[in-house]
Amino acid sequence: MQIDVREPSKLGRFGDYGGRFVPESLVPACEEVEAAFRAAWQDPVFHSELDRVLKVYAGRPTALTPAWRLSEELGITLLLKREDLTHTGSHKINNVLGQALLAKRMGKTRLIAETGAGQHGVATATAAALLGLETTVFMGEKDMERQQLNVFRMRMLGAEVVPVTAGSRTLKDACSEALRHWVTCTEDSYYCLGSVMGPHPYPWMVREFQRVIGDEARTQCAAELRAATPDYVVACVGGGSNAAGTFAGFVDTPARLIGVEAEGGAAMTFGQPGVLHGFRSMVLQDEHGQVTEAHSISAGLDYPGIGPEHAHLADLGRARYVTANDKEVLAAVRKLAASEGILCALESAHAVAWVLRAAASGEIEPGSTVLLTLSGRGDKDMATLMELT
Amino acid sequence: MSLLAPYVTGGITPNWTDYLLAARDAGADMIEIGLPFSDPTLDGPTIQEASDRALARGATVDSILADIPDLGVPLYAMTYANLALRKGFCASLRDAGITGLIVPDVPLEELAAFDGYDIDVVLLASPSTRRDKRREIAKRSSGFVYAVSLMGTTGEQEALADAQELVADLKEATDLPVMLGFGISGPEQAAAACRYADGVVVGSAIMRRILDGATPKEVGAYLTTLRTALN
Ligand SMILES: Cc1ncc(COP(=O)(O)O)c(C=O)c1O
Repeated sequence: MQIDVREPSKLGRFGDYGGRFVPESLVPACEEVEAAFRAAWQDPVFHSELDRVLKVYAGRPTALTPAWRLSEELGITLLLKREDLTHTGSHKINNVLGQALLAKRMGKTRLIAETGAGQHGVATATAAALLGLETTVFMGEKDMERQQLNVFRMRMLGAEVVPVTAGSRTLKDACSEALRHWVTCTEDSYYCLGSVMGPHPYPWMVREFQRVIGDEARTQCAAELRAATPDYVVACVGGGSNAAGTFAGFVDTPARLIGVEAEGGAAMTFGQPGVLHGFRSMVLQDEHGQVTEAHSISAGLDYPGIGPEHAHLADLGRARYVTANDKEVLAAVRKLAASEGILCALESAHAVAWVLRAAASGEIEPGSTVLLTLSGRGDKDMATLMELT
Repeated sequence: MSLLAPYVTGGITPNWTDYLLAARDAGADMIEIGLPFSDPTLDGPTIQEASDRALARGATVDSILADIPDLGVPLYAMTYANLALRKGFCASLRDAGITGLIVPDVPLEELAAFDGYDIDVVLLASPSTRRDKRREIAKRSSGFVYAVSLMGTTGEQEALADAQELVADLKEATDLPVMLGFGISGPEQAAAACRYADGVVVGSAIMRRILDGATPKEVGAYLTTLRTALN
C-alpha cells in the first residue's frame, strides 16, 4: 500500500479529516499563514535559522537513550527519544520555535496561544522572549488552578496569561477563546497553535515542525539497531503533535505505529466524527453533538479531539490508537523513575504504561525493538504526584 | 422600510417560543433561532452564556425544533458545523418549517453538504473578505446575505462599525437583501446601518435582556423601538 502523508489536499484534508472550518473573518488569516509557511518551508535560509536555534538554544538533537534495565526486565529492546531534555522540558519547543520564526518573518509583533497544562504556553512565552515578540496565553481558569507553577513561569517570561471562564474552563475553552480573540487582531497577531489541530495549515505545519523528532530518531535507530528500524514506534497523544512528529520519520517503514491516548480523553476510541476548532476529526461528544470534556490525570492530554492526520492514519490501518488509565500511568512514572532514573511527564507516561502492559501480555513479542518518544519531563507534575502519594 | 431580523437562542427558557411570538408581533421580518452549541467560537460572552444556559436546561436540536410554532414569518437556524453537518440535520430543519440555515464555520468549499434539501443557505462576508470573494459569497448565498460589521465576535458595541464598503460590494453582486449584523445594540445604530444595508440582525442586545429576566412583553417593547427606527 502506498501511503502519501507528506502533505494534505488543497483543502487541508487528510482523507476525510482536517479542512478549514472557520468563520469567513478568519479565512484570510489562515490563508496568510499557509502562504507564509509554504514559502518558508522551501527557503533554505529559514531552515538554517530554525536548525540553528533548535541546536544552540533548544538543545537538539536530543539523545536516544536505551532503557537498559527496563529492556532486560521486559525482554525487549526499548529506546527512549528524549524530548524531556530540550529547553523548557518538552517537545512543544520544536513547534513553537518554528512558528515564532514564521510569525517574525510575516512581520507580526505578537503571539497568541492556548494552553492546557501550560507546557505550550511556557514554550510560546519562551520563544517570544527569545525573538522579542509579545505574548498572550489563554488558559482555562480550572487549569490555572491545577498548574500554578506554569502560570508563574509564563508570567516570569513576560507573557500575559488570560483566564478563560467560559464553558468547562479547560483547554478546549482556552482554544475557543484564542480563536475568538484572533479574529479581533489578525493584522498584528499570529496564532501559535500548540498541536496538530486547528484549521489548515496548522495540523500539517505543526507536524512538519515536529518531524525533527522522527527524523532524528530514524537516524539514531539506524545506528543503534541491527534491523535499522524498530518494530514498534510508540508515543502519547493529546492533540497528537509529538506522535505525529515521531510517526513522520517512520510512516514509510514496516514499524507498527502506536498512539496512546488518556482513557478519559480518548477521542479515537470513544469519539465520533465531528468538527471542533476548525477541523474535522474524531471528537468526544454526546448523542446530541455537544462536545464533552476530557478528564485525566494529565492536563496535557485533556483534549476532546485528536489531530486529523491521526484519524486518517487510523482509517488506513497505518497506525493504531490505544488508551492507558490514570492508575497505570502513575505506576509507569514510578517504574521508569526507579529503573532508569528518568522522571517523565504524566503525558509521556501514557506511552510507557502501554509498553509495560503490552510487553507483559506478550502483545509486544519478546525480543522486539520499541522506540518510545518521551515527550516531556515530570517537573511540572510534582505537585500532582505529591498529592497522590 | 428596512428589514428587522431578531435572534433568539432556542430553549433559553421554558417559555422561549413566547419570545418568537413577541418578535413577530413587534414586526420582525424574519427570525433567527440559535441552536446552541457547546463551543461557539464566533460568539461573544452574551450568546455564549445564553447557549450554556439553554444546554444546561437540556435543550437539544430536536427539542428546539419540536417547540417551534407556526409563526408566519421566515425562520433561519443559526448554529455551528458540528451540529449542522450531522446526518439528518437539514432534513429535520425542513420538516420543522425552517426556511434557511446560517453556519458561520462552514466555508464555501464545504457547502456541498447542504445541497439538495431545499433550504436557504445564508453566507457571511466579513470586512477581511477579499473583494472577489465578496462577490462569490453574494452570488452563492440564498435567502439573504449576512454582512458581518466588524472583525470580532457577536456582542453589543458602543459604536456601530462602518461597513459601508462591504455592504456596497455585496449589493453590487446580488439582488438578495444584504443584512448587517454583529454589535448592533439599539435603535440609533439600527437606523444608521439601514442607511446603506437592507436590514439588521440583532442578537446579543436581545439575549442580554432575556438573560437579565426580561419578559416576552418587555423584549417585544424593545423590538418595537427598533421597528419604529427602521420605518
Ligand atoms: C509533555 C507533554 N506531552 C504530550 C502532550 C500532548 O500534546 P501532543 O499530543 O500534541 O503531543 C503535552 C501537552 O501539553 C505535553 O506537555
